[in-house]
Amino acid sequence: MHEAALHEFKAIFSRLKQTGRLMVGVPCYDTYVAHRLANHPDEPVMTYEEFFRDRQDTRYGVKGGGMNRCC
Amino acid sequence: MTRSIQTLGWIAVTLALTFAFGWIALNRGETINALWIVVAAVCVALLAYRFYSLFIARTVLQLDPRRATPAVRYNDGLDYVPTNKYVLFGHHFAAIAGAGPLVGPVLAAQLGYLPGTLWILVGVVFAGAVQDFIVLFISMRRDGRSLGDMIRSEMGQVAGVIAMFGVLLIMIILLAVLALVVVKALAHSPWGSFTVFATIPIAMLMGVYTRYLRPGRIGEMSVIGFIALIAAIYFGQIVSENPTAAEMFTFSGETLALTIIGYGFVASVLPVWLLLAPRDYLSTFLKIGTILGLALGILFVMPDLQMPAVSRFVDGTGPVFSGALFPFLFITIACGAVSGFHSLIASGTTPKMVENEDQARLIGYGSMLMESFVAIMALIAACVLEPGLYFAMNSPASLIGTTPEQAAQVISSWGFVITPDMLTQTAADVGEGTILSRAGGAPTLAVGMAHILSGAIGGKAMMAFWYHFAILFEALFILTTVDAGTRVCRFMIQDLLGTFVPVMKRTDSWMANVVATALAVTAWGYFLYQGVVDPLGGINTLWPLFGISNQMLAAIALILCTVVLFKMKRQRYAWVTMVPTAWLLICTLTAGWQKLFHPNPAIGFLSHAGKFSDALAAGTILAPAKTVEEMNRIIFNDYVDAVLCGLFIAVVLSMVVYGILAIRKALANPNVTTREVGGDEGARQAARLASRGARHA
Repeated sequence: MHEAALHEFKAIFSRLKQTGRLMVGVPCYDTYVAHRLANHPDEPVMTYEEFFRDRQDTRYGVKGGGMNRCC
Repeated sequence: MTRSIQTLGWIAVTLALTFAFGWIALNRGETINALWIVVAAVCVALLAYRFYSLFIARTVLQLDPRRATPAVRYNDGLDYVPTNKYVLFGHHFAAIAGAGPLVGPVLAAQLGYLPGTLWILVGVVFAGAVQDFIVLFISMRRDGRSLGDMIRSEMGQVAGVIAMFGVLLIMIILLAVLALVVVKALAHSPWGSFTVFATIPIAMLMGVYTRYLRPGRIGEMSVIGFIALIAAIYFGQIVSENPTAAEMFTFSGETLALTIIGYGFVASVLPVWLLLAPRDYLSTFLKIGTILGLALGILFVMPDLQMPAVSRFVDGTGPVFSGALFPFLFITIACGAVSGFHSLIASGTTPKMVENEDQARLIGYGSMLMESFVAIMALIAACVLEPGLYFAMNSPASLIGTTPEQAAQVISSWGFVITPDMLTQTAADVGEGTILSRAGGAPTLAVGMAHILSGAIGGKAMMAFWYHFAILFEALFILTTVDAGTRVCRFMIQDLLGTFVPVMKRTDSWMANVVATALAVTAWGYFLYQGVVDPLGGINTLWPLFGISNQMLAAIALILCTVVLFKMKRQRYAWVTMVPTAWLLICTLTAGWQKLFHPNPAIGFLSHAGKFSDALAAGTILAPAKTVEEMNRIIFNDYVDAVLCGLFIAVVLSMVVYGILAIRKALANPNVTTREVGGDEGARQAARLASRGARHA
């Protein structure tokens, strides 16, 4: 019972953390790694640092030209 | 059994709503508690979400949970990622919530709390949330393409170019008006100026931290940054109490405007990781935290509304913005009820991450309902203030004078009793020299928030802290928007000029970047400076222009939605988008027309220009101008504003024509002509992926 509640709490916390990170344009790194390993096993996987920089450049880069925030 | 419990639940919600509105209606003339407004808003949102959004999802759009979304088909772990719906809800809400829903309702409070509340609730249910939801849906069915792209492919190349030109104009006015809000909040306020200036080195330190010291540790960085921001507020007080230091950080509106223009230029050519990104992280978390804090504060403190339900200014003679309730209420509160800007967000990153089509309802419709709560809270924060105080803060100096005595006398003559002592005391409570004529919404909201939050934590002693916290929080995310928006403007200008001068298109060319950035900054800087020197306070002139443009963008997005519904052969339900489109067109075209041609110089740009031209011809100088040059400048600015307003009208009218042409073409064709992607093939692919996933599990 206690264990289950703790598990539940951890799950909620990780969701909140994920939400906070996605709010500033950084998706889940573990999901990215799992995706690369499952679908492109022979290709290199970015380290977390590379991944973070890539996401930062995408969010604020001019290439997309998109406005990712509102007034 | 469960069904009947559910039915009972919905009956209870409806009863609660009826009771809340009944209470508000029966207690006219007495003060009522803000909680009644909150109850009414929550019930409206619940009912709208449960019934109207379900109708749109099932019957109008016919969301197909088996159809593969772009996130599933293009899953790359980066841009296209199937994301948990609550996580994505948070992402989308954080992207649409900004300064807009906080400022508009504060300005509209001059009409009393009831008109604003009703428009926010009706507007969000039938226009705002509908727009966000349907744009998200159609973008999701087109690989997450942007609004401009979709207008091009569904309504034609020319329509796409016109719409993008319209968006560029809106961006320019948006940046000018937001920067003006910051200038109004910081002028002659050493505490506020010091705190906000301190955010630049703090953000840069955090930028270096996440880039080199502890790459990508957003959480740590944000905590350290937050502590530094609180320290900045603390030191701001010390600065404001020391005469020499206070003088160093006391700036006039003009100086601040030029500083922000310079800042906008420098910030938008710096690498993103140094200033923009860390500041964005801090402001995003601060924004969400403050919204939550304000909500808890209202629930906990349960303040009474001091503003009358409907004030005498519904006749259009109000000091905060000029013009009658119709149409100006409906453009003053844009974000919060319906915001065209959201159509850019709903066709941005969100559609690329939706896991299942079904979830578009929660993310599109639900987030917008949440945003309407933000607007309602802002309205409450403005209405818990003594009305006399509210008008002292929001009326231009040319009306109420510059001393507490003059202001108190003028405002009391309007029927809102206030004494000079109350004005001086409130200024002292929040740690400012004066609170007169601080238009722009932010300071009023900050005093309202300080009023509510100090009721929860800290009492009167903390009031000055809460006030500057609120100012900091608004300035922080407005300056982030100025930086990011200038970059977007630059890109649009490069794209536009690139058609004529190919070298301008190169985003890697330093020269092209600098030229386009300078053009972008000059464009919004011009309107900002004009707003700062405007005798009516600037907000009076610029906010309606911004509101008109934002609502026109919403009309354009809803026209696109209508065209798509006709192409899908769902014209039976097209009223869902046509009714809000029609309403927005009526409001914005009327407002646009009045801003151009209204005989009252306080409303019409041309009659204002005429008044000054006549005076000039007669050889007299009208206040606030002191010289002939200033007279000429005022006349010139009036014509610039008039041209801009005319351009907005032209853009939206041409979109109506293109929309009608596209609908006629769709009706003439017996087949479905919409250009969706990822139908049956997508579904098969998704089924394969799902079965593979099941095997893995």
